[in-house]
Amino acid sequence: MKEKGDVRLEHGSGGALSRDLVEQLIHPLFKGESFPELLDAGPVENGSDIFMTTDGYVVDPPFFPGGDIGRLSIFGTCNDLSVSGAQPLAISLALVIEEGFQLEDLHRALGSAAEAAREAGARVVTGDTKVVPRGKGGGLYIISTGIGRKVFPLPLSPRRIEPGDAVIVSAPIGAHGLTVLAARESLPVAASLRSDVACLYPAVSALFPLRDGLRFMRDATRGGIASVVNEIVQGSPWGIVLEDAAVPVSDEVRTVASLLGLNPLEVANEGVFVAVVAGGIEAAALGILHAQPLGTKARCVGRVSAECPGVVLTRTRVGGTRVVDFPRGLLLPRIC
Amino acid sequence: MSDESRLARSLVSEIHEVSAKIGRQVRLMEVCGTHTVELRKQGIQSLLPPLVTLVSGPGCPVCVTPSGYIDNAINLVTEGRADVATFGDLMKVPGASGRTLSSLTGSGRVKLVYSPHELVEIAKGRGHPVVFLAVGFETTVPTIVSALLEAREQGVHNLFLYTAFKTVPPALRFLLGNPSHGLDGFILPGHVSIIIGSDAYAFLEGIRPGVITGFEGMDMLVGILELLRQIQRGERRVQNAYPRAVKSGGNARAVELIERTLEPRTEMWRGLGPIPGAALGLKAWLSESDAEKTLGIPPAVDREPPGCLCSRVIAGMSTPPECALFGKRCTPDDPVGPCMVSSEGTCAAYFRYGSSR
Amino acid sequence: MCLATPMKIEKIVDARRAVVSEGNVQVEIDVSLLKDPQPGDHVIVHAGYAIETLTLADAEERLELFRKLAELSGEAGSA
Repeated sequence: MKEKGDVRLEHGSGGALSRDLVEQLIHPLFKGESFPELLDAGPVENGSDIFMTTDGYVVDPPFFPGGDIGRLSIFGTCNDLSVSGAQPLAISLALVIEEGFQLEDLHRALGSAAEAAREAGARVVTGDTKVVPRGKGGGLYIISTGIGRKVFPLPLSPRRIEPGDAVIVSAPIGAHGLTVLAARESLPVAASLRSDVACLYPAVSALFPLRDGLRFMRDATRGGIASVVNEIVQGSPWGIVLEDAAVPVSDEVRTVASLLGLNPLEVANEGVFVAVVAGGIEAAALGILHAQPLGTKARCVGRVSAECPGVVLTRTRVGGTRVVDFPRGLLLPRIC
Repeated sequence: MSDESRLARSLVSEIHEVSAKIGRQVRLMEVCGTHTVELRKQGIQSLLPPLVTLVSGPGCPVCVTPSGYIDNAINLVTEGRADVATFGDLMKVPGASGRTLSSLTGSGRVKLVYSPHELVEIAKGRGHPVVFLAVGFETTVPTIVSALLEAREQGVHNLFLYTAFKTVPPALRFLLGNPSHGLDGFILPGHVSIIIGSDAYAFLEGIRPGVITGFEGMDMLVGILELLRQIQRGERRVQNAYPRAVKSGGNARAVELIERTLEPRTEMWRGLGPIPGAALGLKAWLSESDAEKTLGIPPAVDREPPGCLCSRVIAGMSTPPECALFGKRCTPDDPVGPCMVSSEGTCAAYFRYGSSR
Repeated sequence: MCLATPMKIEKIVDARRAVVSEGNVQVEIDVSLLKDPQPGDHVIVHAGYAIETLTLADAEERLELFRKLAELSGEAGSA
């Protein structure tokens, strides 16, 4: 990757270019002996059970059916901690507010964040507020840092996966990204859609008793399921084979995605996670999830395979095969 | 196994049987960009016998629009002459300058639309010219002119079309005019055919078999099977394998609307050059709604980046892996030519869905 | 170049517009390219416009059609 030129919107879309930016420009600057891997959430020092994560929330529009930036900034950060095996404890919120943003909208967004923190059992312990001149911001941006205590005793890492392991998706996909896109562009098609933004800790932690059988988890945010499964096998001796027909998608999302020419596998979620569990215990894992309010539609969507190292394939409905790539470019509706 | 999977399996096995009976390589062109994507996305490509080669054709409206068209659109905005409205497909396409429309979305003067119908309200709500980037084949053409007429009926006169409409039958004739095309049959575009009707392909009769095909996995398996059967029997007919949607005369209202408002033109197809009569432009009675005439837009320059093989790929003469830039200098995130830029460009489809052949 | 979605007409709004539905999604589209659209008709929708009425939409019928399409020519003499 060249170190000259413009940062583009695609660098933030959660796909291949985002990954390149982090791996080739950002990570090398911060990689140290103690932290060979830059993780979504990591220990504050080697061996510590105190985990930390951070995220920037720039969603446009800030209020959308099913949620808002405040709720997102709490749950998104809690979810990152949860899938790393940590129980969320404390959150900080740094606000960057654009001059002209309405005070009542600020109140509404932060009220929503406060309520979300209560639901998640996490305390907002500190924060910061900055105001930038009109035209220099995006309405309201929130940077949220979370601290949690690791309660799952093993590392949740793609390095632990083995051929035959099952890939589970916790809930129907595609709702959040389509909802936000439709709200932002005022697309008439999505009146029935709502974001799935939710606190995943209860469903995620319900799997912790699987112990060694629970290999890896990640919430499927920007870039969707396609991004997560590719990240899992990137540089790995193993690949993943999915089954198109097994991926849980609601009728609404399927229809809206079809109308907009988008693939639900590539759409962002805020209430869905991917779990890789040892082959043979997926029925137990699904049983656990089905008893959880946010996991009632969890499905096993594929398996880790030795046949396609570093690659994700899927079996299509007519029995063919194709590659599932990292999402490329921006999520834009198409008619072609 | 479901009924559908069982049927799919038997279609695939028939395809293999017929291919073996034919006993030689056959090259089938999928004309339509949506077929290029769906054939790979639904794994049909992976199920075909090695003696059947799919060749991608020029039916990708974004791919065949000259790069200068995007620059002209961008200049309308940057020079304050008009707002621009567009389908999402054009947002990321780089002009010859390398600039894209998506880089201008912050200005509020570039508006994404899902349906041309939105243009009426968009134009009403803005006091200055709104130019719609009217790109598409016959499926999309009637929807756009319908919106223009609706706007005019409502007394809205600040909506203009910057047309880059293309038509399929003249393009097919053009391809067949090259004696070394090497094609044995055509997978004809199902949704274009809804508009123009199966009779529009009469010129293919006796020249090459053509099967009008839908877009579900089963549709495409049936379409390919029927083509192979024709080839095996030495037939060269036009067949409609999408009868639930396509009629012989097409959609009469849509055809009438097109004939009333548009006339055939000869315009540049990026990579292929000018194809006689394979474009459509607004008739004289609508010239005040024609952005090129009214807003003084210069002709669109077409500049092929060095090393880019798109012109051959669009014509079905080369495959993406044969291009030295493919997957290296040219990727969907950093595209060089139009075949990689468009979501249904041949190179993008090959790259994303991992076509191994 | 042609993404399109099959949907069903729920109600006609006026000469140009109708509400269509599919998979719990309802959306208003333009039906002026159709000859005589009626509630209950299955149509194919491209870019917010119905471009044709589908002659059948029932899943069983579709499969039967595929079977027929695949068999008919075969019977007409393949050898």
